[in-house]
Amino acid sequence: MYTEKVMDHFTNPRNVGEIENANGVGEVGNASCGDIMRIYLLVEDNIIKDIKFKTFGCGAAIATSSMVTEMVKGRTLAEALEVTNKAIAEALGGLPPVKMHCSNLAADALKRAIEDYQAGQAS
Amino acid sequence: MIELRKVYLDHSATTPVRPEVAELVREYMTRCFGNPSSVHSFGREAKAGLTKAREQAAGAIGAHTEEIIFTSGGTEADNLALRGAAYAYANKGKHLITSAVEHHAVLDTCKELEKEGYSLTVLPVDEYGLIRMNDLRRAITPETILISVMHVNNEVGTIEPIEEIGALAKERGILFHTDAVQSLGKIPIDVKKMNIDLLSASGHKIYGPKGTGFLYAKRGIKLHPLVFGGGQERKLRPGTENLPGIVGLGLAAALAVREMDMETARLQKLRDYMIKEILEKINDVQLNGHPDIRVSSNVNISFKYVEGESLLLSLDMKGIAASSGSACTSGSLDPSHVLTAMGICHEVAHGSVRMTLGHDNTEEDIKYVLEALPPIVDRLRAMSPLYQQNRKECAGCTLKK
Repeated sequence: MYTEKVMDHFTNPRNVGEIENANGVGEVGNASCGDIMRIYLLVEDNIIKDIKFKTFGCGAAIATSSMVTEMVKGRTLAEALEVTNKAIAEALGGLPPVKMHCSNLAADALKRAIEDYQAGQAS
Repeated sequence: MIELRKVYLDHSATTPVRPEVAELVREYMTRCFGNPSSVHSFGREAKAGLTKAREQAAGAIGAHTEEIIFTSGGTEADNLALRGAAYAYANKGKHLITSAVEHHAVLDTCKELEKEGYSLTVLPVDEYGLIRMNDLRRAITPETILISVMHVNNEVGTIEPIEEIGALAKERGILFHTDAVQSLGKIPIDVKKMNIDLLSASGHKIYGPKGTGFLYAKRGIKLHPLVFGGGQERKLRPGTENLPGIVGLGLAAALAVREMDMETARLQKLRDYMIKEILEKINDVQLNGHPDIRVSSNVNISFKYVEGESLLLSLDMKGIAASSGSACTSGSLDPSHVLTAMGICHEVAHGSVRMTLGHDNTEEDIKYVLEALPPIVDRLRAMSPLYQQNRKECAGCTLKK
């Protein structure tokens, strides 16, 4: 049901973990629906220097989290904000239709983390 | 290259057909291909096979042969029992009682009848998935015509008190249906002693072919057919019989019952060993279902802080086949209705894994699984934001108590 790329990211997820001195953290989902994604950012000069994730969820949830970290690491915040859930799914070679809604939230988690960073800067 | 060990632990989903059963099925596809309704020798030979299968099916549950109606499986048997009886007895009353942990073949059929104007009581269950007899007693009204409670729960293996339910139903003059798809061949069934009026069974859960099953309907019980056509199966299930499937089902049922005592004892030992080891070896796990009032083949464990589908994928990569009550494996957003009815919070239900044992499983298989499992759980927990967060356990969770 999953593409090879999804299984690769599920089996060998990139950038798993937490960033101790993160300056942006975003979380989406809830345990009752079965998916929680949390993304940690270290932003310097408007560039994502480091990004890590922790995810509770199915294969698709873990693979999309891993993929989004790979797609935006080293990018500017503006570039990162352009990444959509759809683009992440496409980068993974597609997701089963049923997963498109429930487990394809990584871009939302990233967006929340960037907003958290920006809120921290503004204060 | 070393071949990956394969361990099939999903026998409640389906089982392989036994070689002797497959051989018989083949025989009835090729050599004994006649139509049992035909007068000639081909037909008579086919009819003899049908009769024997009916004796075998009836013998497996202590029924008379004329009480067996062959169907396409458990789901059709459930539908025929519930709708067939509801329509036939509508003049007597229109209230039905079932339980919250039934298979969808029963639950959804009851809900459909509700839409058609019947009233429905869905009995809650306790933390182990057992209905309470008091709830059932209180639910009965003068309008009640049918009680449907499964024998063994397909997800957690809990054995419902069907003998008590049968006695109560008999005393109150109410029909009692039980879905015995998960118990046939695993627990002795005597429909007379247990006062069962209607019972559904399936072939492919007992090493028989898929697309086969039967409904037992006690003598004298009226059923309204759901399909119309020829006179087969006492007009309750018209259409030329699936004879290859039926003879396969008959033989599979006979063999399952014959080997039941030995196989149950063997599986129970493996089951208890597996449960004990998992509970000892891995932190933050819980057994779902009753520790003792449980079918011999079922192990259902929640691994907290991880999600079931991730566990299944990881197990599959090790050649281990299991299933989960997680929403992600059902195509809906909600986890198993059985686990939630038992008051298990969503997040724990999502981390449930069902491993169901069968004929081919050995102690070596279980040891292999017990070795593979802990690192998989560790890996997924290391990724999980829920783990080691000192959060209040299931704080946001509403227990249906």
